[in-house]
Formats: sequence, C-alpha cells, structure tokens
Amino acid sequence: MKIKKILPQFLTLLFIVLIFGFFTMNAQDNMDTRGIEFGFGFLKQEASFDIQFSLIDYDGSHSYARAYLVGLLNTLLVAFIGIILATFLGALVGVSRLSPNYLIKKTASFYIEFFRNIPLLLQIFFWYFAALRLLPMPQDAPLLLNSSFMTIKGLYAPAPIWSNFDVFFITLIIAMIVIFFFSRYAKKKQEQEGKQLPVLLISSGIFIGFPLLTFLIGGVDLSFSFPVIRQMSQSSYTFDGGFKIPPELIALTLALTLYTATFIAENVRAGIQGIGKGQKEAAASIGLTPSQVLKLVIMPQALRIIIPPTTNQYLNLTKNSSLAAAIAYPDLVLVFAGTAMMQTGKAIEIVGITMATYLTISLGISLLMNWYNKRIAIQEK
Amino acid sequence: MFKYLKQLTSLVAVLAVLFAFTTETMAAKKSKTLKNTQKKGFVRCGVSQGLPGFSNADAAGNWTGVDVDVCRAVAAAVLGDANKVKFTPLSAKERFTALTSGEIDILSRNTTWTLSRDADIGLTFVGVNFYDGQGFMVRKDSGITSTSQFKNGISACTNIGTTTELNMRDFFSSKGISYEPVAFEKADEVVAAYDSGRCDTYTTDKSGLAAQRTKMTNPDDHIVLPETISKEPLGPVVRQGDAVWEDIVRWSLNVMIEAEEYGITSANADMMKTSENPQIKRLVGSEGELGAAFGLDNDWSLRIIKQVGNYGESYKRNIADTGILPNRGPNQIWTKGGLLYVPPAR
Repeated sequence: MKIKKILPQFLTLLFIVLIFGFFTMNAQDNMDTRGIEFGFGFLKQEASFDIQFSLIDYDGSHSYARAYLVGLLNTLLVAFIGIILATFLGALVGVSRLSPNYLIKKTASFYIEFFRNIPLLLQIFFWYFAALRLLPMPQDAPLLLNSSFMTIKGLYAPAPIWSNFDVFFITLIIAMIVIFFFSRYAKKKQEQEGKQLPVLLISSGIFIGFPLLTFLIGGVDLSFSFPVIRQMSQSSYTFDGGFKIPPELIALTLALTLYTATFIAENVRAGIQGIGKGQKEAAASIGLTPSQVLKLVIMPQALRIIIPPTTNQYLNLTKNSSLAAAIAYPDLVLVFAGTAMMQTGKAIEIVGITMATYLTISLGISLLMNWYNKRIAIQEK
Repeated sequence: MFKYLKQLTSLVAVLAVLFAFTTETMAAKKSKTLKNTQKKGFVRCGVSQGLPGFSNADAAGNWTGVDVDVCRAVAAAVLGDANKVKFTPLSAKERFTALTSGEIDILSRNTTWTLSRDADIGLTFVGVNFYDGQGFMVRKDSGITSTSQFKNGISACTNIGTTTELNMRDFFSSKGISYEPVAFEKADEVVAAYDSGRCDTYTTDKSGLAAQRTKMTNPDDHIVLPETISKEPLGPVVRQGDAVWEDIVRWSLNVMIEAEEYGITSANADMMKTSENPQIKRLVGSEGELGAAFGLDNDWSLRIIKQVGNYGESYKRNIADTGILPNRGPNQIWTKGGLLYVPPAR
C-alpha cells in the first residue's frame, strides 16, 4: 500500500533528475568539444561598449556586471511606470465602460477592443516608427510649457538641481509616516465617536506643508537647468543641459500602457459587475451618494475579484517590456542578453542569469500582490 | 611470369581502389559535418537578414551575394551542385549561437575576424572574403565632410552585437567626443531610425553603409565619410573541432580567389584542363590529387569554378554591377595591388 503511494512519486523525481542530468551532461560535453569554458568570471571584465540611457553612472570602462545593472534598472523603470499608468488608465476605462453616458461607454469599449486585438510588437513599432517620427527636429521644436522641447530625438525637460536634497527627502518620509498614523487615528475616532475628520484635506496639507517648510528653514533649495539648443552641424542640432527622456522609452511606455490597460479595464469591469445589484441598491437606500457607494461598498468587494487577474497583467507587462530590443531601448534583454552575450559569447551563463532575473522580478511582483490580496480579503470575524 | 604480372597488377589495382576507398571514408569518418551534409544532401549556411551584395534574397527567395557564393562553392565541392544550400537568415546576435549549437554548418554573414571570437567562443575563422572597415554615413545637408567635424552630443545609430559598438566607443572616447549610441537588433530598423532623423550619423562597415544607402528614402541625400576607423576582415566561420570541414570551407574560398589570380573563369574552366601551367591544371583537377585530402573527388575545384565562378566574377556580379562598391579597393588580387593573397592550392 505504502509502496503504491511512494513509487509514482519516486519515479517522477527520478525522471526529472535524469532529464536534467542528461541536458547538463550534454551541454557540458558539447562545450568541452568546442573549447567553450563555463564560468561567471566575465562579469568582472570591462564591458567596453556604451549604453544610450542609464539611471546610474556608466560608461564602457565599467564591468559587464555594471552593464547588467544598467539593463536591469531600465527594465524596472519601464515596468514601474507602465504598471502605474496602466492601472490608472485601466481603472478609468473600466469604470467608464459601465457609465450610463452612451458616448463615454462606447468610446471605452472601442478603445479596449482596438488596442487589445493588435499584437503588442506592432503597437510598439507604430508608436516608435510612425507616431514619434512625426515629431519635429530639435531646431523646429516649439517650446512647451515654457520649458520643454518634444523632438524626434527625445523629450528635453528642465532638470531639477537640488541642494540639501536629503533633508527634503527625509521630511517627505516623515510626512508620510505622520499621515499614516493620522488616518489610523481618524478611522478609530470615526468608529468610536462617529465623528468624521477631513482626512484628505489634512493629509494633503501635511504632505505639501512639511516639505515646503524645509525650503524655508531646512536650507533646501531647488533650481532648474533648462535645455538650451546648440548647433552641431549645418542641419543638426541638440540640446545642452536639462533632462532628456529618449523617444525609445516614451514609445515603449506608451505601447505597454495602452495595451495592458485594456486588460486591466476588463478586469475592473468584471469585478464591478461581479457584485450583486442588490448591494448597490441597498447602499443607495441608506442614503449613500453614488461615489460613496462605489468607494465604500462596491470597490472593497470588487477588488477581491480584480486583484488576482490584474497581478497577471502586471507580470505580462514586465515580461513584455523585453520587446524593447526591437526599438533600441537599452533594457536587460538588449544590453545583457544582446550586446554582452555577443561580446563574451557566454550564451548559457547570460541567458541563465537573464531568466533568473525575470523570474525574480515576477515572483517579487506576485508576492507583493498576494500580500495585498490577502489584506483586502474578507476577514471572517 | 607474364601471368603473375597481370595478377599482380590487378591486385595492385584492387588495393589502390580499396585504399582510395578507405582514405575517402577515413576523411568522411573524421568529419561528422561532411558526413551529415552528404547524408542530408544540402549545405546548411547561415547568412544575414538582407545585406545587398553580401547575402540578400530576392522576391522569389533566391539568395545572392559574395557571402552566399562561399556556401554555394562548398555545396558545389561537396555535393556537386551549387544550388544545394539551405540558407538561414540570422541576426548579428543569433549568428554564433546558431553555429555552435549545430543549427548551421557554415556562417557566411559579413562577420569580422577578431581574436576573441576566434579563440573564446568555440569558432574558427577560415579566411577573409572581404576586407572592410568601419565608417560613418551622414546627411549631405549637414555639411559634414569628415569625422573631425563631429561635435559633442552627436547621436549614432548602429546594430547591437557587432564589433561596430566597440569600435564606435574606441573612436569617440579617443577623440573625447560625447555621443549617444542608439543600438538596434536588426539592420532594417537602424536604417529606418537614421533615415527618419533620430540619429545624426549611421555607423557600420563601409560596405554595409554603401549597401544600406540604397535602402534610404533618398539615397543621394546621404554620404559616407572618407575615414575608416577600424580593420574589418570579413570571412566565413565554422565550428571548432572538425578540421576536415574547416579545410573544405577554407579551400573552397581559396580556390575561388586563386582561380581569379590564374585567369580561370566559369566560361574557360573546361578549356584550362589542357593548359601548360601545372598550377592551373591542379586547380581544374587535371593534375594532382587535391580533392582526396578532404575525401572529395578530383573535380571538386572545377565544379566550384564552373558553377559559382572565380572571386572576381562573384564580386562583379554581386557588388560591382549592383552599384554598391564599383571600385574593388583592397578586395583585389595581390598581383593587381590588392590584399587578396591566398596560400597555393597544391
């Protein structure tokens, strides 16, 4: 009886180990005959190639490990911005789809059906090669908001120059902690005394007021460096100073956001529709306003339906960001699994590291979302 | 006595045949790649995704180019038919992995021969079929006529996974010019981005620039600057560890170059069999036993010349007549002042 239970398990395990062993041996054998050595020593070597866009200090004299970090940060950056924008847009479109206003409802449906059904890579190409190409050359670009230029070579915006940024930053964190405790206190007060405090007003007061104070008494100062046009040759110009966002990042973020937001919108719609009509009617009958109904009754329940599939969309967005390679945005795949792999020839090591990295990022996101999901789940009392 | 002599001769003949047979199978046995190629009936060749003059497919899917001709030469030598080639288009990033993993047997894809590629990653370069160098293309209306006019902040479009990226850094950092590298995975996207004005300059091998210029919206708006910033000897590559196959590919290329040197063309190859010059006779297989060393018959080199042509014919057909680089420059036979100098086939 016991053997009957254990034997299949044992055989499965043996099978997996054998397959894994076979592939390892095979790879080892082939690498030996071709004189390829396995090892991670190359990470310390000088990379000797430059990268267009980097969040940290980098040039070709840094190591491959540093180039990896640049690629990783660029991937995380586009994933982070993409997730935030897609969530807001998705929530907005999802709610709009249920709007009683015919025009808003149809516009939202059209947007979803259109962007959801075109392959993402095509959309990326569209934004990069068709849409952004219509932008003017630097010398023809109009001044936006009295400070920025949107050109074919990227968006040039004023760069902030801080003095005593750390004081400002710490104050910002303190403000957030104060707001956290204040809202807890307000909630408690409401539960005990039924008295409502203007939480939003006071919170935003703290959030803006505290850091503002540092300018007056903390020695914090902020000035801007504005982009200034400079001629490079008879027909080409560039900007000095300021802060540059490459068009590759803009196109990729735009494509990822617009694509993923359609799926999130559908999740939001499904979540709201998943709550019984009676809930809404009951809430309205006790005198809650429509926005209160949505905020206090519908959303807390709908979120439980929305979060798990939306987690999948976050993961998809992060993984889809690897399509960046097609339009020269230097993400992890382009920099590390592209250039670095070519220059070193360490295919197995580099693909291994890249896979492990994406796995870690994805597991991280899903861990965070699972934690959040648990928090908003109904707690049986 | 005569009876015995006759028997002896037939014995020798049988032995000779047997021996010839054994050497042939010995070579084939030694070369797994040769054996597999003959079994499959086609040569597996990795080429570019479309570089006019080097490896480019027409609308009907026929591949032409000087890189393509190297694979065709090997097919003519090994299989007797220059058309028995299966071409696999590869990006710069994929090419070496495709070769080391055994997906292709020859990589003939405008690939630069460097120490680290030759020594590090399990590959062997067999020779040079095109001497190239990296250059820059700019828009004519920029007024730039030399790289010395490059200014800080210049943006440069190029491919990833090539020596170009490294040369570019060497060049700009030695000149102390700050630049913005915009590196794409595929050449077509580099061209599209540069053509639209995303970059001020496009840098790659000069032959590549000349070929890609034809793809621009308005080719006459662009010029290739005169400076060459690197040495780029391009040539076919094979996997390490199959010496016989390596020799076959090397000498297929060498035969094409040497045939031009001795004036043997696809048109006159048959007549050259009765030439006075023993070196010419060796090249067309009417003297010597050159093929036996690789386990091939003696007409292998004649087939290459007849079916593919000599190097000069290939160059004229693919690069000169298409208007890419009418001037042969360094890619001329050494006796005419070029760099093409191959060891003698004897």
